[in-house]
Amino acid sequence: MSTDPGLESLYREVILDHYKNPRGHGVIEDADAEAEGQNPLCGDEVSIYVAFGEDGETIDDVKFSGRGCAISQAATSMLMEMTKGRTADEVAALDKDELLAEIGVPLTPVRLKCAMLGLTTLKVALHKAKGTPLPEGLAGFDELDLA
Amino acid sequence: MRWRRYDEIVAVTAGTKLDARTLRADFPIFEQEIHGKRLAYLDSANTSQKPRQVLDGMTKFYETSYANVHRAVHVLAERATSGLEGAREKTRAFLNAPDAREVIFLRNATEGLNLVAYAWGGNNLGPGDAVVVTELEHHSNFVPWQYIAQRQGAEFLMLRIDENGDPDLSHLEEIARDHTVKVVATNLVSNSLGTIHDLAPLVSWAHEQGAIFVCDAAQAAPHMKVDVQAIGADFVALSGHKMCAPSGIGALWGRGELLRSMEPFLLGGHMINSVRVDKTTWGELPHKFEAGTSPIAEAYGLGLAIDYLEAIGLEAIEAHEHELAAYALGRLAEVPDIRLYGPPAERRAGVVSFNLGDIHPHDVAQILDLQGVAIRAGHHCCQPLMQKLGVAATNRASFYLYTIPEEIDQLVEGLHAVRKVFA
Repeated sequence: MSTDPGLESLYREVILDHYKNPRGHGVIEDADAEAEGQNPLCGDEVSIYVAFGEDGETIDDVKFSGRGCAISQAATSMLMEMTKGRTADEVAALDKDELLAEIGVPLTPVRLKCAMLGLTTLKVALHKAKGTPLPEGLAGFDELDLA
Repeated sequence: MRWRRYDEIVAVTAGTKLDARTLRADFPIFEQEIHGKRLAYLDSANTSQKPRQVLDGMTKFYETSYANVHRAVHVLAERATSGLEGAREKTRAFLNAPDAREVIFLRNATEGLNLVAYAWGGNNLGPGDAVVVTELEHHSNFVPWQYIAQRQGAEFLMLRIDENGDPDLSHLEEIARDHTVKVVATNLVSNSLGTIHDLAPLVSWAHEQGAIFVCDAAQAAPHMKVDVQAIGADFVALSGHKMCAPSGIGALWGRGELLRSMEPFLLGGHMINSVRVDKTTWGELPHKFEAGTSPIAEAYGLGLAIDYLEAIGLEAIEAHEHELAAYALGRLAEVPDIRLYGPPAERRAGVVSFNLGDIHPHDVAQILDLQGVAIRAGHHCCQPLMQKLGVAATNRASFYLYTIPEEIDQLVEGLHAVRKVFA
């Protein structure tokens, strides 16, 4: 994977669009699952809220709030679209490559952490709500400070 | 809170001049392009680049004079020992310390400040005592004190900064009334705002309280004369990597009587006088605080870096940075939506922190990188200060003796490009 992304590719239109018009931005009151994640490298913060359907499995609604760079915010916005309507189990085991494919641009290791903040936080929220243990080295970002 | 905005270049009269263009040729890092562009390295407060004089000197030392120090009688051990101890004497003179035995070689300023927190604080702090730091501290002079104070049951107090970014001293009387202040710890130059502090009032106040004064000079030592006796500090810590020396070497100066009264911080080889099963006695200064094999060539490199800086002159370096700071504040003020933080150019080292509209610093720095401009984006290990400024992070451009105005121009052009991407 190239670590030398050009200006056009890294900040391509779809990423800027998700950054400027984030999907699923907001808070769900009385959420069934929620968690807060921080990236200590850049001070990014994201909180994720999930409401399950009647089956207690399907993600009926998912929202996020927080602040951060374009990459972290756009990736989290894309994640909201990707996960709504899927089951908690499925999303808790979501391969990070699925999100990376959606982002669609090569990321340097530092920016990869930005991109993964939302997914990691969402997985923590789901595991917490289900009472399942967090997988070791969740998403491979041990240094993420997860509240 | 109101932060000053700068709309015009501040006039600064420089003393002795240095020629950054000539000095720049000493730094091989500038012989390359980054993303096909000229490298504008504006991240020297993070770490400085290294001149050939240091790099070549260290290579020669490894090739001709390397062995372990203080332990063997062969000629290489003698050369290496005199290399290390020569560097200690240069560091002593650089800091105007009274005695080279009071200069402890460590990994960096962080390790020096931890040494003081553990070895002094661990035995001298207790319930009812207080440690006072400022809101401008780097985490290296904040977290060790917070930790050791909590562990010892002492209070940890932080002086807020006022609207000019200076520590607010209006509560000192109140603090003195309510607490037994044992430690006052501040930096001499702020790494995130560049503020050069007038430490005199805090030093006198600390000593009136019977407290020790611990000075983090990591950001000051590269840029201005640091005289430990003139400051009146009890401990002063610096990092070599910020002042043209390699990474992995730093120094802590402490008053001899304090260092002698302290227990060691790290234990092991070299720091002992004698070892018996029932009792070990500690070596003399500085060895008591230098357990294990020292960063020998790195210390030698620090000595070479000091030679290099002193040949240029610390006053000339300081004047050059004031000029660059004034130029940068003026040029950056031309960029729409920019917010500049910190004091006027006369009172700042070569550091300018800013934000560009609501564009996240990581995005700013990434787009600048693609144009060959290296800056720092983040919280600069100053999260309490970022909370004060009400931001998660800032951009920081920082300058050194090899920085030229064209690099600042390149930064300004880059910022216009950032705005275009996010328009």
